[in-house]
Amino acid sequence: MTILDLARGPAFYSAFIVLVAGIVWRTSGLLLMRWRRNLAKPRVPGAVAAVAGGLRAVAMRSVPPHELEKNITFQHFTGYAWHIGWFVTFLFLGAHLPFIRSILGFSWPNLPNGVLLIITAITLGILLTLYIRRLFHPVLRVITDMDDHISVLLTIAPLVTGIAAFAHWSIFGLRYENVLAVHLLSVEALMVWLPFGKIFHCVTGLLTRFRLGATLIRRGVRA
Amino acid sequence: MSYDDSRLGDYLRLRGVSRRGFLKFCAAMTSAMALAPEMLPRVAGALERARRPSVIWMPFQECTGCTESLTRANAPTLERIIFEAISLDYQHTLQAAAGTAAEQARQDAMQANYGQYLLIVDGSIPLGNPAFCTIAGRSSVDLLTEAAKGAKAIIAVGTCAAFGGIPMARPDPTQAVPVSEIIRDRPIVNVSGCPPIPAVIMAVLTHVLTFGELPELDALGRPKVFYGESIHDRCYRRPFYERGQFAESFDDEGARQGWCLFKLGCKGPVTYNACATVKWNDGTSFPIEAGHGCIGCAEPGFWDRGGFYDALSVPHWGTLKELGVAAGAGVALGAAASALAHHKQTVATRREQRAEKDET
Repeated sequence: MTILDLARGPAFYSAFIVLVAGIVWRTSGLLLMRWRRNLAKPRVPGAVAAVAGGLRAVAMRSVPPHELEKNITFQHFTGYAWHIGWFVTFLFLGAHLPFIRSILGFSWPNLPNGVLLIITAITLGILLTLYIRRLFHPVLRVITDMDDHISVLLTIAPLVTGIAAFAHWSIFGLRYENVLAVHLLSVEALMVWLPFGKIFHCVTGLLTRFRLGATLIRRGVRA
Repeated sequence: MSYDDSRLGDYLRLRGVSRRGFLKFCAAMTSAMALAPEMLPRVAGALERARRPSVIWMPFQECTGCTESLTRANAPTLERIIFEAISLDYQHTLQAAAGTAAEQARQDAMQANYGQYLLIVDGSIPLGNPAFCTIAGRSSVDLLTEAAKGAKAIIAVGTCAAFGGIPMARPDPTQAVPVSEIIRDRPIVNVSGCPPIPAVIMAVLTHVLTFGELPELDALGRPKVFYGESIHDRCYRRPFYERGQFAESFDDEGARQGWCLFKLGCKGPVTYNACATVKWNDGTSFPIEAGHGCIGCAEPGFWDRGGFYDALSVPHWGTLKELGVAAGAGVALGAAASALAHHKQTVATRREQRAEKDET
């Protein structure tokens, strides 16, 4: 079995099982978590208010808070930019669409490679800039733990290996099929890590914001 | 290498091959082997002076496609004449003799040219049961081992002989193996492909005749000069790949425009062969030029590496049942972990409640 066969077969299957198991574990764990009953009388009662509070929190926490705007605008908008770039690359590169079709049963037209190369390069540039900033920023450096390092590097890896595979660059003298295998393995590493690291915010991010907003509105706090 | 008395140049002249035709062939082979143009006189001189080498061609689990590839031409080609010019002392399909006479001819040739003859093998060798593939009542392993013992070099022609090929594909009922799994003490050149390009087979023979040694080989034992670049590297549709222009089906506008066949399962990017440069049918075209993706036939295990029409970016999902099992296993594992965590939390909460109760 070649490394490419491994990446397209057993490694992918294993990563898929871990991904599904991890997501089920984390989400059902949250749902099954035992909560103490809140015996206090709600200041803003009713399910409609709770939903509205939740939605408001989702919306408000998706833009920089006014008080901190000056300090975090760069990080906030570059964060949006690379997220969008990452997903556009994933969803619209021609070589990815057969993969998407194999899952969904349908796909859509791809973007021209010239456009995607620019988007990918910008995305990679932003990610690297943010990571380097994180390494040297006096505050960010302190609050950065191993989870952050692994999550960032596993997010960057598919971009780097993907560009190498697309452009047929030989990383460390590897032939194309091995570079492609490394790209697939980097994606599989991301799949395995996703449920266990901070990247899991892609599943729980909006839900937890909603939950927080719904909880706080009960106390009369507009989050 | 042992030869019969006639020289190749004399033999070709006898067959009416003109000097011009001979030099044309030499130029084509020099170019095919990626030798410098200055080497042309050396190739021509060496070929002209070369004596006809004894060649024994052993067919095992094969479909005769490799022989067809080499011999089937619309008109007699110089390659074919050169092929006839070698002293082909044993080849089931082509030789006139059969049965005991054929086997005797092989034994005689092997004895007369011991240590000097070239052994060409096509087809894989079954290990499962000696009776799966026999010649004159003898097993393939036995025949191959015997023939290899006195061979100067072995040329494994076709993917079956080189890597096991289709007979070795799952479920591999005959437990087929390539030549290199059995013979380890003789130089082996793998000329893979299903079938291999005739010019490649000829170029390897020409190289041996010219230089008296085997060409430079890649990690899989294939001549680097022909297997050094992927089909994709030299594909005329490559610019469409670079631009992201892909045919979505075999009859859409993209296919008509000659766009890249990556999405339709082309294995060109991971297949190393000379199809895109040397081409087939006297240089007419190659599969991609005819509108079909490369199926990767020159690579080991090509039959078992996913569907021919699955793009390289598609994982081997297997059947819907297998996918369901994988997803089910994931859900079951996740649910079990979650239930365990919930149980532990319940136990801890109760313990905490009991402790609080005891305190009060």
